[in-house]
Amino acid sequence: MKILFTGAVALLLTGTAIAPAMAQTPKDTIVMGKTIDDLISLDPAESFEFSGGEVLANSYDPLLLADPENGGKLTPILATSWDVGADGKTYTFKMKPGVKFHSGNPVTAEDAAYSIQRAVILNKTPGFILTQFGFTKDNVNERVKATDPMTLVIQVEKAVAPSFFLNCMTANVALVVDSKLVKANEKDGDFGNGWLKTNEAGSGAFRMRGWKASESVSFEANKEWHRGAPLSNRIIVRHVVEPQARQLGVEKGDLDIVRDLGKDQLAVLKTKPGIKMVEGDRGYITYIAFNQKNPLLAKPEVYQALKLLVDYEGIERDLVRGAFKPHQTFLPSGFLGAVDDLPFKLDVAKAKELLAKAGVSDLKFTLDVRANQPYIDIAQSIQSTMAQAGVKIEIIQAEGRQVLTKYRARNHEIMIQAWGPDYFDPHTNAETFAMNEDNKDDARSKTLAWRNAWDIPDMTKRTLAAVLEQDTAKRVKIYEDLQREHLKIAPIAPILQQVEVAVMRSNVDGFIVGGTYGSALYHKMKKN
Amino acid sequence: MALTLQGLWRGAAPVFKLAPSLVITFLGLILVTFIIGRIVPIDPVLAVVGDRAPPDVYDRIRLEMGLDQPIWRQFWMYLLKIMSGDFGVAVLTAKPVLEDIKRVFPATLELATVATIIGAMIGIPLGVIAATHQGRWPDHIVRVIALFGQSVPTFWLALIGLLVLYAKLDLVPGPGRINIAYMDFIEPITGVIVLDALLQGEWDAARDAAAHLILPACVLAYFSIAFISRMTRSFMIEQLKQEYITAARVKGASEFRVVWRHAFGNIAAPLCTVMALSYANLLEGSVLTETVFSWPGLGQYITNSLLTADMNAVLGGTIVVGFVFVTLNLLADLLYRTLDPRSR
Repeated sequence: MKILFTGAVALLLTGTAIAPAMAQTPKDTIVMGKTIDDLISLDPAESFEFSGGEVLANSYDPLLLADPENGGKLTPILATSWDVGADGKTYTFKMKPGVKFHSGNPVTAEDAAYSIQRAVILNKTPGFILTQFGFTKDNVNERVKATDPMTLVIQVEKAVAPSFFLNCMTANVALVVDSKLVKANEKDGDFGNGWLKTNEAGSGAFRMRGWKASESVSFEANKEWHRGAPLSNRIIVRHVVEPQARQLGVEKGDLDIVRDLGKDQLAVLKTKPGIKMVEGDRGYITYIAFNQKNPLLAKPEVYQALKLLVDYEGIERDLVRGAFKPHQTFLPSGFLGAVDDLPFKLDVAKAKELLAKAGVSDLKFTLDVRANQPYIDIAQSIQSTMAQAGVKIEIIQAEGRQVLTKYRARNHEIMIQAWGPDYFDPHTNAETFAMNEDNKDDARSKTLAWRNAWDIPDMTKRTLAAVLEQDTAKRVKIYEDLQREHLKIAPIAPILQQVEVAVMRSNVDGFIVGGTYGSALYHKMKKN
Repeated sequence: MALTLQGLWRGAAPVFKLAPSLVITFLGLILVTFIIGRIVPIDPVLAVVGDRAPPDVYDRIRLEMGLDQPIWRQFWMYLLKIMSGDFGVAVLTAKPVLEDIKRVFPATLELATVATIIGAMIGIPLGVIAATHQGRWPDHIVRVIALFGQSVPTFWLALIGLLVLYAKLDLVPGPGRINIAYMDFIEPITGVIVLDALLQGEWDAARDAAAHLILPACVLAYFSIAFISRMTRSFMIEQLKQEYITAARVKGASEFRVVWRHAFGNIAAPLCTVMALSYANLLEGSVLTETVFSWPGLGQYITNSLLTADMNAVLGGTIVVGFVFVTLNLLADLLYRTLDPRSR
């Protein structure tokens, strides 16, 4: 009845005046449907969200790239070569000659130095990726400088593992900005931050033509790109909120490629003709954590028992297949030193045994979870498996930021959360999962170990030592050992790692998903 | 001369009389929103710096946002700022809140206006028909339509609309305000794309934008049809029982004249209030429709901002919604006076 009625009204009003929908996108344009409402800044020194990172990765160039097409291998982009001095603290980068910014200005070592200097001085959210090497607003101009237009010399404070420093240089915060253009748009000594939030000053594959918040981002090919002209002239990323609307859009051909679909949409699209899928691992890890401030949860037997009361296989198989894969260690697959062991399984009998050993019964806990899927489903699954051993779980749902505020105040009991790496080096996750330098309530560093009041002085020391290890093979071994120990003793248990599935029309080729190391890249995308 | 001045005063008097209560309403609105924004268990610094910021960055931003000050002082500072027309910068868009509202409000206005027009054009005749056929089948049909309109979830109706009219029958375009082919061609003048395209002589773009508008406007309209038809019906039933109606019939006036001239003429005034309320509701309450149709309007803007604790944007948006409500109510009041001489 209602459909007929709406249909009739729509028909009536549509009449002859309005042409039927155009169900084709222009040939040289790729239209992508995803959510972009997390995008809050396009300044490389500030942007730290998923969508922003992707825009930057396609419109700026880094000195070196963790190449997603080559398993994350470090590949020179604006630098042609680099070497580490004998002291282990001096890095010299030679710049690639003849590269130009979108403005026409040449890319020089001065631009690269300026980009790092401004990121350190501005010290916005991602600034710590650089300042952890000892740069401050007072010393950065000394420690990061161009000795000639083609040579960039960077002096780090401690002789850290070269792989650590170089991996951090692949992060968006170290992307090279057009210093002349940015300086021309400076206001009140803001290093052009106000202007760069919504504009672009890069040398990358695409010029960013416009960003309309929660609406669209459009790109135009940089035909002069030093790595070869992109294969499509325009890329338009449209903010399509509802996954069902994205699904309909790609089925109809109004969208060429769609991202971030749920299990249900993926299952439907799998059966449709003219549609294909490309997938790749993402760095996001979903985990369950037990706050050690709670005296019951602080008993090792109790939280070890609860770790056995999670249906790891069932959650993956029934709730998230296609969008996540099983993963139980703190480094995502694809990272240096990642371990893919999956020892935990639902084991109610053993969990009961452990609980009996701990001498506890009638356990009751609250479980905080953000009010989005698949987290709610996962919480419900955990509630039912824990009930099998007599543990009552009360699920508390709230908006993401609200849950986070509670988590950072350590007011939870059990928590389901997700964590994504900040840069492509194992230290990013090790630092948060396996480090807690000060377990007091007013500690400044709120790592995940701290948030769960897990006091681990020895593991903290070893995690810190790993970043100083010069020998990469030995460094890998340290992370492998750390993860296996963490897996065994931590009150924080990873359950899943995110997988991204991009769904596209079968005539679209060349989309690079990006993997755990970096953003999706558009320059090889084209329509046949 | 004196007469005209007097006339002017008569017209404007209600506005002046209402002024103090308007000021109090706004202050109250701002105060309540501000306090809610401060007591929600969300850390507003997180909205700006995210979860990953190191402690020194977190502390610096907290100071910059004035969150170390007592709450009355924060409120006073905020009040002073908005008096000077500065609503602050929204975290989500990195733009001044007023600029954002200028961009998102026309999108909502466009949708709500078309929806209200459709709603009134269909809802009022349906209500009248139901009243004149009280208890018979046309009345039942109208009741069923209204019942559906008030009980079916918007997002469901919107998705079904997309599935049937867009995906299966290809009668309307998909989500969004305009086809990407026209996206960067239309310069924003009023912000209402259909109007802007017409003003710039881009006929194809105007047609495309109108086509994009149809389905979401109809989905929204369905809800006001439900509301308006029910209200029209009860107003009409009330009037049709009156003695003057009997007198008109006895006098030999045609049934059409009795219904539309005599009875309907008398419900025009309360109906204005109903329509103004329904319009105001659509202006701020279309968030689900906006979400399903990827329509970047005010409802979505406020909701997104609220969920990320972006308080400048929430306060700015709320003040605009409050302003619209108050203005529409005032307009309805004034219209009431014009239409109904007894209320003067």
